[in-house]
Amino acid sequence: MKPLLDVKRLGVRFPTRTGTIEAVRGISFTLGRERLGIVGESGSGKSQTGRAIMGLTPANAEVSADRLEFDGIDLMKAPPRLRRDLRGKRIAMILQDPKYSLNPVMTIGRQIVEALRAHEAVGKAQARERALAMLEAVQIRDVNRVYDLYPHEVSGGMGQRAMIAMMLIAGPQLLIADEPTSALDVTVQLDILRILDRLVGESGMGLIFISHDLRLVSSFCDRVIVMYAGKIVEELPAAELARARHPYTRGLLDCMPRIGEQRHPLPVLDRKPEWAL
Amino acid sequence: MSTTAQTRREWLLSDRPQSRLQAKLGRAYVTWRRFSGNGLALVGLGIIVALVLVAIFADLIAPYSPTIGDLKNARLLPPSATHWFGTDDLGRDIFSRIVHGSRLTLFVVILVAVIAAPIGLLVGTVAGYAGGWIDAVLMRVTDIFLAFPKLILALAFVAALGPGIENAVIAIAITSWPPYARIARAETLTVRNSDYIAAVRLMGASPMRIVLRHIMPLCLSSLIVRVTLDMAGIILTAAGLGFLGLGAQPPLPEWGAMIASGRRFILDQWWVAGMPGIAILVVSLGFNLLGDGLRDALDPRSGEQ
Amino acid sequence: MTAALAIDGLGVVYDHYHVLKGVSLRIEPGESYGLVGESGSGKSTLLRAIAGLAPVSAGTITVDGETLGPRRDKAFHRKVQMVFQDPYGSLHPRQTVDRLLLEPLAIHGFANAEERIVRALDEVGLGSGFRFRYPHQLSGGQRQRVAIARALILEPSILLLDEPTSALDASVQAEVLNLLEEVRRTRSLTFLMVSHDLAIITHLCGRLMVMHNGAEVETLDAASLAAGHVTQDYSRRLLAASAGFVRTAEPAAGPTAGRFASAGQRSI
Repeated sequence: MKPLLDVKRLGVRFPTRTGTIEAVRGISFTLGRERLGIVGESGSGKSQTGRAIMGLTPANAEVSADRLEFDGIDLMKAPPRLRRDLRGKRIAMILQDPKYSLNPVMTIGRQIVEALRAHEAVGKAQARERALAMLEAVQIRDVNRVYDLYPHEVSGGMGQRAMIAMMLIAGPQLLIADEPTSALDVTVQLDILRILDRLVGESGMGLIFISHDLRLVSSFCDRVIVMYAGKIVEELPAAELARARHPYTRGLLDCMPRIGEQRHPLPVLDRKPEWAL
Repeated sequence: MSTTAQTRREWLLSDRPQSRLQAKLGRAYVTWRRFSGNGLALVGLGIIVALVLVAIFADLIAPYSPTIGDLKNARLLPPSATHWFGTDDLGRDIFSRIVHGSRLTLFVVILVAVIAAPIGLLVGTVAGYAGGWIDAVLMRVTDIFLAFPKLILALAFVAALGPGIENAVIAIAITSWPPYARIARAETLTVRNSDYIAAVRLMGASPMRIVLRHIMPLCLSSLIVRVTLDMAGIILTAAGLGFLGLGAQPPLPEWGAMIASGRRFILDQWWVAGMPGIAILVVSLGFNLLGDGLRDALDPRSGEQ
Repeated sequence: MTAALAIDGLGVVYDHYHVLKGVSLRIEPGESYGLVGESGSGKSTLLRAIAGLAPVSAGTITVDGETLGPRRDKAFHRKVQMVFQDPYGSLHPRQTVDRLLLEPLAIHGFANAEERIVRALDEVGLGSGFRFRYPHQLSGGQRQRVAIARALILEPSILLLDEPTSALDASVQAEVLNLLEEVRRTRSLTFLMVSHDLAIITHLCGRLMVMHNGAEVETLDAASLAAGHVTQDYSRRLLAASAGFVRTAEPAAGPTAGRFASAGQRSI
């Protein structure tokens, strides 16, 4: 069976005055209808990978790839129109902070309706009904009230639920979630993950979960890719994380303090220059 | 030769400076590189440097006296090889007058900057940092000054103090500080609640120390830009006062006053009013170009990274 | 014995909104005390109130047996210093590391500033190569080290830590936590640390208070928390959340329930 997403030697470069910065350096992976985690520290290129697939790379950057195929469509050669159509309809993205990704002067309900009607020809009444159903699906109580609220009138967790509802209403086949819970409190974090998990499971879409939190990702995803300095250093099933081989992965796991464990001082990651080669 | 230039550049751009001096010079060099990447800004800087040089060496450059003319032989001569910019109705060489007039222009501009900018900076930062009633009082005073049209207020001052170039300077300075206070206050409000100011407060620094040493340097760059951009307006106001006879008094070769005296001949002897007009235009343009360049080079937001 | 820091019924009101509602705590000299809570719990406000950066509306703060007035004096700043959460916002963008470290010494009239700056940089593991850099030439972890050096240069006895590692990568976080532990040991400092992360608090602190909505939920020692001996529901929820995501089969999930069941329970 053909994979949903096929990436071969993807690269993202930023030319600057002092030289070119290579954010992503030739990474390859495939994604089926599964939950794939991409983990790395700041500057590892994990977010730029997600943006390149989504087609949201900043204009001054160069994207290259031997292959970047989504469901048989060559994204590298796709005209901008087709990419726009794909975006939102078949590939959706959730960003870290709902404060910056929701339009502050439009009610939540209207934004969801707009998102739906941009990709599907549905009547107003029907769109509203589907938006309300979607809000219910992300476990918002009292959907009729929330529908008419503005983004600043809801909490961070509620905003992120609205964001998820907006992204999933067109029924995408691939969802890219870039640190979807990092700006939220821990107890809210898990609620959001549970909602994501259920929706992804029910619809059978592919999910790319980008995060800096190795343990969170491995407890949520089926497969984990670990990135360092723009490259993939290790790829493994999430269940086998404890048997990770690469010293970077092991170091990342080890250096986190754990409840009920007394390790003083904490083991520190000893960065080897050859990891970045 | 090129290798020493190369190493000097590396020394300036070094990520790990070894001394206070190197860190300062490195920072200045980065700013200069940003500034010099802008061609028009360099043109503006060239004009201003030329103005300063002309003012310093006016006695050497000017071929004739700026105040004593040859009434018998040289009244209202058109531009020629002997009188580059022609002569005026009293037979004075206009080129020499403009060259000497640059001193007055520079005098006005520098004095206004020296008086108005610090007042505005102090009022704005103190009001912004202190808040409460101090802020309210200082800002209402600023509002009152802002409510008057600049030239009219300057006129009133000059009328009260008597005409003359010094009084014109004072009048312009008094009317031009309020916008600076506004800018400084706005900048102060954005940084006063930042963690790095909180950290200095936690060090036990007095409010005055925080304002002077930590907040003012942050407001300085936007203020410098604004003052530079205002220079053109100041020159024009000074020229306007001169034109109305309330600024520099005859026979001082002030550019505005020169235009005023030349307006009687504007149709037949255009150069009498036209030449000082061009001088004002060029210098104002120079300050505007310089200000635009400085804004890009000094912008605190881009300056942080 | 007098407490290093004692707080009694502390209240903070911002614009008629009670951010802190009568919180009391007591920290012995040399102790490391943690405050845990989510956003809006008032934990950071408590720290800022001690430092004199938040308007206190009720209650008292006592440092080394001396009750603080509304204004903090120089002696207080010699005794209590703070490390802020965001290393990108807590260093003046136009000042070199040298200037940043010199400022507290100049304010308090310390002699031999030169020597102290070099020593402070060495202590936080940066070395004098970093002395004349600007903050934008430093990484997040290096900035936080500078912030720690600045807090320590006045030789305080109490350090307030406001989420000192939450803006850092995990590997850098470990380095900074180790550094904090090291300076606490060598200088026998008293720590009051705020964090949303239970694991970090239990790693660094002996006792902790769980906060919610500006009030205390419960106070426990780290060992009993690690053993799961919590009495309040809220603390239990926090503890469960920090264990990571646990996939559970939902009984009422409908036709796709089988998928979840087959995915099974997985945790790390």
